[in-house]
Amino acid sequence: MTSRATLAQIRFGTGLRPGRRLPAPETLMERLTGPDRVARTYPLEDFAARAVAAQTYLSELRASRGLADGAERQAAARALMRNAKSRQLAISLARGVASEDGLRERLTWFWADHFTTAGQRAVMQGSITAYVEEAIRPHVAGRFGDMLEAAILHPVMILYLDQERSIGPNSRNGLASGRGLNENLARELLELHTLGVNSGYTQRDVRQMAELLTGVGLERGREMVFRPGNAEPGPEEVFGTPYGGADPASLTEVRAALQDLALRPETARHLSRKLADYFLSDAPDPGVVEAMTATYLQSGGNLAAVMQAMLAHGAAWSPGPGRVKRPFHFVVSALRALGVVPDQIAQASRQEINQWAYLPMVAMGQRWQGAVGPDGFFDDDPEWIHPQALAARVGWAMAVPSRLRRRLPDPREFVSACLGDAASETLQWAAARAETRAEGVGIILASPEFMRS
Amino acid sequence: MAAITRREMLLRSAVLGCSAAASPLFTPVALASVPGENRLVVIILRGAMDGLDVVQPYGDPALVAARPGFEIGPASGARDLDGFFALHRGLEDLWPLWQAGELGFAHAVSTPYRNARSHFDGQDLLEAGTQGGTEGRVHEDGWLNRFLQTLPGMSREIALAVGRQEALILRGSAPSVSWSPASRLSLSPATSDLLGLVYREDPLFQPAFADARFYSDLLYGEFGGADADGMMPDMAAMTRGVARAGNASAIADFAAERLRADARIASFSLGGWDTHRGQSGSIRRALGHLSTAILRLREGLGPEWGRTTVLAMTEFGRTLRENGSGGTDHGTGSALVMAGGALNGGRVFGNWPGLEEAALFDRRDLMPTRDVRAYAAWAMAGLFGTDRATLESQVFPGLDLGDDPGVLR
Repeated sequence: MTSRATLAQIRFGTGLRPGRRLPAPETLMERLTGPDRVARTYPLEDFAARAVAAQTYLSELRASRGLADGAERQAAARALMRNAKSRQLAISLARGVASEDGLRERLTWFWADHFTTAGQRAVMQGSITAYVEEAIRPHVAGRFGDMLEAAILHPVMILYLDQERSIGPNSRNGLASGRGLNENLARELLELHTLGVNSGYTQRDVRQMAELLTGVGLERGREMVFRPGNAEPGPEEVFGTPYGGADPASLTEVRAALQDLALRPETARHLSRKLADYFLSDAPDPGVVEAMTATYLQSGGNLAAVMQAMLAHGAAWSPGPGRVKRPFHFVVSALRALGVVPDQIAQASRQEINQWAYLPMVAMGQRWQGAVGPDGFFDDDPEWIHPQALAARVGWAMAVPSRLRRRLPDPREFVSACLGDAASETLQWAAARAETRAEGVGIILASPEFMRS
Repeated sequence: MAAITRREMLLRSAVLGCSAAASPLFTPVALASVPGENRLVVIILRGAMDGLDVVQPYGDPALVAARPGFEIGPASGARDLDGFFALHRGLEDLWPLWQAGELGFAHAVSTPYRNARSHFDGQDLLEAGTQGGTEGRVHEDGWLNRFLQTLPGMSREIALAVGRQEALILRGSAPSVSWSPASRLSLSPATSDLLGLVYREDPLFQPAFADARFYSDLLYGEFGGADADGMMPDMAAMTRGVARAGNASAIADFAAERLRADARIASFSLGGWDTHRGQSGSIRRALGHLSTAILRLREGLGPEWGRTTVLAMTEFGRTLRENGSGGTDHGTGSALVMAGGALNGGRVFGNWPGLEEAALFDRRDLMPTRDVRAYAAWAMAGLFGTDRATLESQVFPGLDLGDDPGVLR
């Protein structure tokens, strides 16, 4: 029988850390609502700095074109960009490994996926981490409405969903240029970020929301700006509520619509269900979703209160089998179980990170920060555990640990160190019979007990 | 009534797969039966391909009027297909196939998906091949799998999903394999058996591991080619090929190799069709991948190309009118791309609904005039001899096949 203290770390945190005393389950919420310590230990660049770096990169590419040493200079500029992204991955992994506040990491991954951004353009390449750091992470224990505003109005989201290209066709600038709407951000805002698909909004709501958003754009490609000259003359009606119509149009109306959407019952249910899915089960107990939804609405979308409601419900603590860890989660929890020093991870070179983190995660089905669409990565366990993805996970479990630790632990001890009372008898039996330490450790890390949370 | 969610069905089919897939004791044997020598490749074009841009009805004046910023028709360099439709320049490399009758299209097609215009639900329905409904997301298994279920004595290597992701279209109780070009499971016999034991009780891990062992052995020899000493591959060997394993050419090469050997049915996905802005550039990239995939299949299949049909289909089309940023938004009707030596190509199939406002779906999208599943069904009937009743009741429940469009030679 798995204890609550073990479950707390495996299901809601980033996993057990051998050699550390198991914290009491109550510490999950205490730490989540306390200071974000690990972000201070392992800081990241902000978006403003990344945007400047992207600009420097592009001007270096232009400036070196056709010069004698042009090829080398361009290669150096590209390496600089790639190194930055690799370092961000290293730091993100190190945070998960080092954290005493694993719930915050898990929530950050969850919400970063909920508000997925990705992209090939230079400014996007090294900026997703900064976007998550600025728009998502500060709000994981705060109000959803604040996270929604921060994410939707962040330059990275504006770029990702083409908002800077959307102009009211009847606005001053629209009439002058003949340009018009792009409904991408508006649609995903309703379908993915707030109300949820099939929740009752119509194509008309999407168009109206797109018209309401038309003033939102970018200044110098990197600062959010509201341009009344681009804003479609209102008012617009979104899900039954009128907005806009003021002259000149302003961001206040957009913010009001976002805050209202955040507090809709459809949104409360959509987000509660998705959180329960992520942490508990792909068919979560209706009672726990109900309790979370009610708390969400009562608290005005307070996400810490919603998590508290989940943890207070008995269904949160039902013994396994839990959800399959996504590859990033799997790698973090395995590095943690192996006792790899967080600084070693944070300082790893790009080549190392590629070899034992980035490329293996690609093979496991998760290209880091490279979701194919704005819906992020899959929700369903079968989509993570198919033959080719499992082969990649098993391969990682067998080959990577001995590369990161000079001497691997004895599998008979490792099984309880990294799974506690969650290890099955079969697994303990199998681990003890492995031919080598590396294979014993591999079997444990590749086991369903370890792969599930 | 509590609706069964998609994922409940997924889990259920995973459990079913557990009994249908081989036990850990399974050893690969020579093929028991093969559904003939014909081959079918289904490509899912993810992101909603703009059929109106790929196969341009340049003879319809409403197209030019609605897309002033687009390059349209032979005047812009597109190949004239039949005096009314023109082929986007991005498929220029496929022109010889068109001339040889190995490339064709069906226009104004769609799945039964309507109105919500969500990529994700739209793709689920395309792969499930069902009628959908108001819920629109209840899909037990994929239509290619249901087709396999109608074949007697199927063995696993017959059907293959290629790519890093699992394919809903092949999910279900009939055996099939999902694999990626660079994947390899290489374990010592003892470790392989111990892991088999550890996975035995898990309905998800057990069949996935059995399939991984099976396919790795098939491709690389017993135990995935692990050294006799049980040496495991090093990291460099593990990650070699991973970076390009998702390329259209790597996927198509792998599919062609398997189709030349034991496989008869293969499916994979190509993305990049969600062209909300700057469509002239973005659709050209996506078409480049599609073109590469078809040409690599043709090359890799060699003499078998003559018995092959490729169907490339998308979840829905895009708006007739260009949007404010040189792109198009989510729509309804689109086109089906067909290729292969077995095809009766060199023509654009379908009933053209017209593009004047009253003829559009929702006054914004190309009106679908035929279910895309009907073309797939007729192709399967021709390739594998499946009868109409089976196709209408089991493979595509609720579909009316209608008349044979005659897409095969």
